[in-house]
Amino acid sequence: MSINQNANASALPNFRNLGILLRILVIVDGACLAAALLKTSEPLALMEELIDLSALVQPVLILSLLTLAATNDWLHRLRYPYAIAALVAIELAVTTAVYYLGHNVFKGMGALERYWVITLLMTGILIGYFDLRGRALSPALTEARLQALQARIRPHFLFNSINAVLSLIRQDPRRAEHVLEDLSDLFRVLMADNRQLVQITREIDLARQYLGIEQLRLGERLQVEWDTADMPADALIPPLVLQPLLENAVYHGIEPRSEPGVITIRIRRDGARVHLVLRNPYREQSDHHAGNRMALGNIRERLALHFDAEASIKTTAADDSYEVHIVIPYLKGGA
Amino acid sequence: MAGDQALRVLIVDDETPARNRVRDLIGDCALKLPIEIAGEAATGRQALEMLPACEADVVLLDIRMPDMDGLEVAQHIQKLDEPPAVIFTTAYDAYALKAFEVHAVDYLLKPIRFGRLFDALSRVRTLAPLRLDVLRELKPEARTHLSVNERGRIHLIPVGDIVFLKAELKYVTVRTAEREFLLEESLAKLEQEFLGRVVRIHRNCLIAKEAIRGFERATDADGEWHWVVVLKNVAEKLAVSRRQQHIVREFGRAL
Repeated sequence: MSINQNANASALPNFRNLGILLRILVIVDGACLAAALLKTSEPLALMEELIDLSALVQPVLILSLLTLAATNDWLHRLRYPYAIAALVAIELAVTTAVYYLGHNVFKGMGALERYWVITLLMTGILIGYFDLRGRALSPALTEARLQALQARIRPHFLFNSINAVLSLIRQDPRRAEHVLEDLSDLFRVLMADNRQLVQITREIDLARQYLGIEQLRLGERLQVEWDTADMPADALIPPLVLQPLLENAVYHGIEPRSEPGVITIRIRRDGARVHLVLRNPYREQSDHHAGNRMALGNIRERLALHFDAEASIKTTAADDSYEVHIVIPYLKGGA
Repeated sequence: MAGDQALRVLIVDDETPARNRVRDLIGDCALKLPIEIAGEAATGRQALEMLPACEADVVLLDIRMPDMDGLEVAQHIQKLDEPPAVIFTTAYDAYALKAFEVHAVDYLLKPIRFGRLFDALSRVRTLAPLRLDVLRELKPEARTHLSVNERGRIHLIPVGDIVFLKAELKYVTVRTAEREFLLEESLAKLEQEFLGRVVRIHRNCLIAKEAIRGFERATDADGEWHWVVVLKNVAEKLAVSRRQQHIVREFGRAL
């Protein structure tokens, strides 16, 4: 399954995402409440009005959501204008179906055209809402590239790494070549268009290359423990989630200590979710938090854009360690 | 020092490859300039221990290092009888670099270029010595250590070991659990620097908040009573002045 998150063009939301479904439910039911309030404000009458409205709206709403979830992949393969047309057609069909099925149950129903207009209005409002929301969040993706160069890859890291490579050229030219290759791979990813989800193994390769470069500078002061035994290798993840977090861990957790420190990365699957837990040693004194927050803020926004409410990122600072815990839905890649 | 004598350089950097690189470049410089490596240190503390014996004329000092950064190391270096010249090295530090320019403090950007290093080392003997007040301005945060010159060597006192600081004529006495040191600094400036850690109990005395065990009443020769501080690791009891009596209430309750 591929998710087309194109920042410039509009795209339909993912109708299989719980967060998206919840948003639709809340907005439609909010509109029902508003409509009922327009007619009356007396509590008992309001209840009756709401029940009447719900009896009509809920079947359409639930049937719509089921249909959209089922046709989600197909809708996303269509170009946006066609996808919108298909969406509207689906909505009208669902409304018509409910109208004829419900004809016997409800008495005193108006003309079918009236329901069509209401459905069209509601669909239009929702499409507009999701389009605006996508546009509001998408700068996070474009910025990811910019920030990667300005803040995430600290200039500090770039210059120190080049310095380390220079020191190798005379003594160990082969190793110098290898480190330069890793460095260019890293920058290639940083400058790439990072809007598509990638296979988690690719993100891990990148993280290992990054840590290899840091290892050259820091030697045995940097120790890394990977625990990926329960990691689903086909899981998808937004790119550049691990690397900036590792860079933070090295900068705040390893570099300020003269004694060796361990960074642990645990990735495991738990049913329909994938957990990424990153932990590094941490001491209160090291107080450069600005870069840290920037990276975390950007990752949080990109997770929200890709997964809405199904992803979360949580940080915990204990006495001597700092932990970042990310939960994302388990999406299989490769298809 | 005679002009034709080799210039001795101490390299201080926590990263091995960075030290190797500087060593290679100094080897290149040595082809044109009488210059030799006096030693290499991986931490500021190690550098300070090596300094008097290795007779360095110049220290190439990395700024960002664990435990004690280069700007603090440079401050302690100034306590030596004949402090060597200091040239800072740094990969990136926009804020510090601007301040270096303002105060004409010498620095080299990493990756270090042969030409820049050569120039810096060639004119090192004509360099104006670093000034302590400039260094304090470059790094306004509290030091991790106090330092004193003992028979030509730098002795470091971890700030956490301080029990109290007492002004006496020209000096400030630093008391730790083990012994005393004489410091040529002003009590008022020390109070400012370690504001979160010490509290003033008297016009001439600061005590570490951590070291307070409790307060007692004592009677002086005139039969008047006043408060004294009882300390954790030192038997000596220190008088609290009338003006500072409020600290008895503030800290007495917490104990």
